[in-house]
Amino acid sequence: MTLTSVVIIGAGQAGFQVAASLRQGGFAGKISLVGDEPGLPYQRPPLSKAYLLGKIKAENLLFRPAAFFDEQQIDLIHDKAVLIDRQNQRVVLESEKALEYDHLVLATGAHNRALSIPGEHLEGVFGIKTLADADALAPRAKAARNVVVIGCGFIGLEFAAVAAAQEASVQVIDRGERLMARAISPQMSELFLKAHESWGVKFHFSQAVDQIIGENGKVTGVEKADGEVLPADLVVYGIGVIPNINLATEAGLEIENGIKVDAHLLTNDPHISAIGDVACFPCIHNQGEHTRIESVPNAMDQARSVSARLLGKAAPFISTPWFWTDQGNLKLQIVGLSTGYDSTVTLGSMETDQFSVLCFRRDQLVAVESCNRPGDHLAGKKLLSRPPELTPREARKPDFDLKAWEVAHRS
Amino acid sequence: MPTITFIEHNGTPHAVTAEVGQSIMQAALNAMVPGIQADCGGACSCATCHAFLEDNWMGAVPAAEGSELDMLEFANERKENSRLTCQLTIQDNMDGMVLRLPESQY
Repeated sequence: MTLTSVVIIGAGQAGFQVAASLRQGGFAGKISLVGDEPGLPYQRPPLSKAYLLGKIKAENLLFRPAAFFDEQQIDLIHDKAVLIDRQNQRVVLESEKALEYDHLVLATGAHNRALSIPGEHLEGVFGIKTLADADALAPRAKAARNVVVIGCGFIGLEFAAVAAAQEASVQVIDRGERLMARAISPQMSELFLKAHESWGVKFHFSQAVDQIIGENGKVTGVEKADGEVLPADLVVYGIGVIPNINLATEAGLEIENGIKVDAHLLTNDPHISAIGDVACFPCIHNQGEHTRIESVPNAMDQARSVSARLLGKAAPFISTPWFWTDQGNLKLQIVGLSTGYDSTVTLGSMETDQFSVLCFRRDQLVAVESCNRPGDHLAGKKLLSRPPELTPREARKPDFDLKAWEVAHRS
Repeated sequence: MPTITFIEHNGTPHAVTAEVGQSIMQAALNAMVPGIQADCGGACSCATCHAFLEDNWMGAVPAAEGSELDMLEFANERKENSRLTCQLTIQDNMDGMVLRLPESQY
């Protein structure tokens, strides 16, 4: 059947990219891109870093200018999808308008996990997810003297680095024992810990937060489970995200830690795909297990994969996952999934902040973490996109150079 | 506004009107030039906006350094005139600039 109309719900990175890739690939039918935020679709990664520092203006966050949507006839609809009527292949919007589809792409993303503690709604407590969040936070971040960050994943630490650069006193609380524990090795955590401490950031590990304390509706401090109160005129939290599955659940689509899709990113309804942060797919880099990946590159690659399928070039989704975070002068790039690795080899030097950690599972390379060594990142990306051959024994040889090895072993 | 021409690997040219102050990568994306992926959106993190700057234009831009240089070392088909287009800001003096695109960004 020829497709004549594609509806995409979610105008973030994944949703936008499907629309753009469909047009770029020659799709001539109707494209409706439904987003519930005002304005044009925009990039999120700078929101927790460069944008807060004023290094990037709002207009430079836009994926494309307004003219692009007109020229490419991508119908950008500012509305909220409230119902998927699978039987009649249509989506009902909050405005009660309905959009008919031949194919529906769910790119509904995720929302911030709430703190769920007393005081979480006090003025001066922020999560960072949308442009509106960042716009509300930016002036507060400039003026803040005592900042408490809850959660030391990417977002929390990116913000901690920004706040430290603005000469606030910054304290970070986390339930875990080390920085970015779910994403990186202990060695790399240690490098980032030392760097953050050198910028003046203080850490409280293995600590829960009991409540946020305020006066006259404004935050004044954060009380930890051990009773200590950290003074704060600004609290920023980043404790993970929850996939936006309500629409899919109500429509009876299969759910598994997100919207469950097959190797082609199709849901259990052949007319509906799901991509990006919300999609849980069989990941060959995670031993085929259903996996949900929260990252911009994953969103873009899945968008391109679905677009190619809709244009008649179906192939399973096999892209190698990768992630990045910029904190102060540190650029951390991770390629692969380090889940379940059993040995590591380190390259470079922690002291100079140019450091890579190769993670192996049963002698197979599964991930490369690199700080300020982008060449290692790209070499790792190439190595992981084909059957891994590098063994820890080889990587441990004196003067081993990952980039040179990749070049020498290119097939 | 300067006009910049991107030439795809298969020889197809794309003349793009670009705004001063934006990056060459953004100008290519706005005009849907095939072959510029820009996965990281211009954060110098992915090397998927690689292009070859025509030799006579090399003097019109600052030399590659830092992360760009390190990333380029590993870009596909790296040449002397390789650049990451996210790191080049469009100036008035770039009118007529020509960039050629690699066969693939991986």
